[in-house]
Amino acid sequence: MAPPINRRSGHSRRAQYSNFIGYVIACAGALVGGLLLLVSVSDASAFSGLRTGAQDAAAPPAQLAANGRTASQGFWATLSGYFLSGSQNAQLRREVAEARVRLAEVTAVKEENARLKAILGLMETEPKPVIAARLIGSTSSSSRRFATLGAGSRQGVGIGMPVRSSLGLVGRVLELGTNTARVLLITDTESVVPVRRASDGIPAFATGKADGTIQLRLISLGVNPLKRGDAFVTSGSGGLYRPGIAIAVVSRITVDGAIARPLSDPGMTEFVVVDPIWEEAVKAADLPAEARP
Amino acid sequence: MPTQIPIPIPRQLRDATRKKINRAPSSALATAVPWLLVMLGSLSPTWPVIASAPVLPPFGFLFLIAWQQLRPGLFPIWAGLPLGMFDDLYSGQPFGSAVLLWSLAMIAIAVIENRFPWRGFVQDWLAAAAIIATGLILALALANAGGAATPVVVIVPQLIVAILIYPLVGRAAGMADRFRLLPIMEL
Repeated sequence: MAPPINRRSGHSRRAQYSNFIGYVIACAGALVGGLLLLVSVSDASAFSGLRTGAQDAAAPPAQLAANGRTASQGFWATLSGYFLSGSQNAQLRREVAEARVRLAEVTAVKEENARLKAILGLMETEPKPVIAARLIGSTSSSSRRFATLGAGSRQGVGIGMPVRSSLGLVGRVLELGTNTARVLLITDTESVVPVRRASDGIPAFATGKADGTIQLRLISLGVNPLKRGDAFVTSGSGGLYRPGIAIAVVSRITVDGAIARPLSDPGMTEFVVVDPIWEEAVKAADLPAEARP
Repeated sequence: MPTQIPIPIPRQLRDATRKKINRAPSSALATAVPWLLVMLGSLSPTWPVIASAPVLPPFGFLFLIAWQQLRPGLFPIWAGLPLGMFDDLYSGQPFGSAVLLWSLAMIAIAVIENRFPWRGFVQDWLAAAAIIATGLILALALANAGGAATPVVVIVPQLIVAILIYPLVGRAAGMADRFRLLPIMEL
């Protein structure tokens, strides 16, 4: 490349000053950035109003793009289906036969459960979901793991509400706009979810590792009882998440716990469901019972 | 022999593809395109990719560096302040991180530009790679200061992708540069 045109300002005072002032403003910009950073590090919600406003503004095209994402995924699924149909068909037949048996068992257990609950006088505690919406974007170039939800305060979403797909927990609402909300995904390193092993209830904490996996830390130290393939569900302690939402499956054992793969890949789910905060939902359900004499 | 049916093309578009002596580029287009392209890159978190790990390169940052190397002096040296602020709205980083890093990057590119006026493709790529790597690692450190605890290993794939894709981003900026300087205004 030829050397660029000489941009030295020469003898013109005006040009010299404007060049110098440009550098002064640039340095001031870096300082302003540092100050903004100090404010936002000390108070994470400091600029949430600005951010959610910007998200709201970018929401309509992002909604369209989300449509495109599901359409293109459908396209690839169709294409790969042609190649895999034979073996998949046989496998699915086997699985359906097994699933029929399981279904019968589960129905029996469910009936028994309902009967026992009736005896104990417990009420049905599955909260009604607030809304089903799309995830319309994610911070794919930052090391933080946030996603943007296509529903906000106008649709009844509130801060702290858990977000889940049909496969498992996705995250919880962190910041709220009018028509969008920022979701802290469970794979973010700041997200901590109290979980338990589905089979026997061993308690643990699930922290994100920001690379798509989850670190499970056992609460009770000792011999690590975890095995590959163990499924973990939310335990409900802390009151944010309803107990029993599937979250991850152990893929690798570590010294103090395990690395787990989340069950719901937010990129593959078309719709996510926003649940009310568990404890508040239970309280609201309990209130009439307490009011009774 | 079928006769050709003349297709009505808008006059401005038809003229844009021809060399004309009494045409000049639109100054609005010439000014706005670089800013818009960087902002479009900053909007990449609204693209239809829901990632569970940081995988996409920071396109806004890449476009900023590409423009600054392609046309030194096109952006004012303080352009990192407004553009970084816009990027911070969408990136998920703590607010102010891009304002700081992009301002520093603009100054760094200007220093390199003044120190080494004779540069080729390789030197430009090396300089850009150094700036991208520093920027991404500092961004990770700032995000960690803001509450996360991500190890550096996580951004290594993103770093490699960003450095490898940089020449393509430069090409895209070059195409946009030719577009913005199309002589479409009638004198």
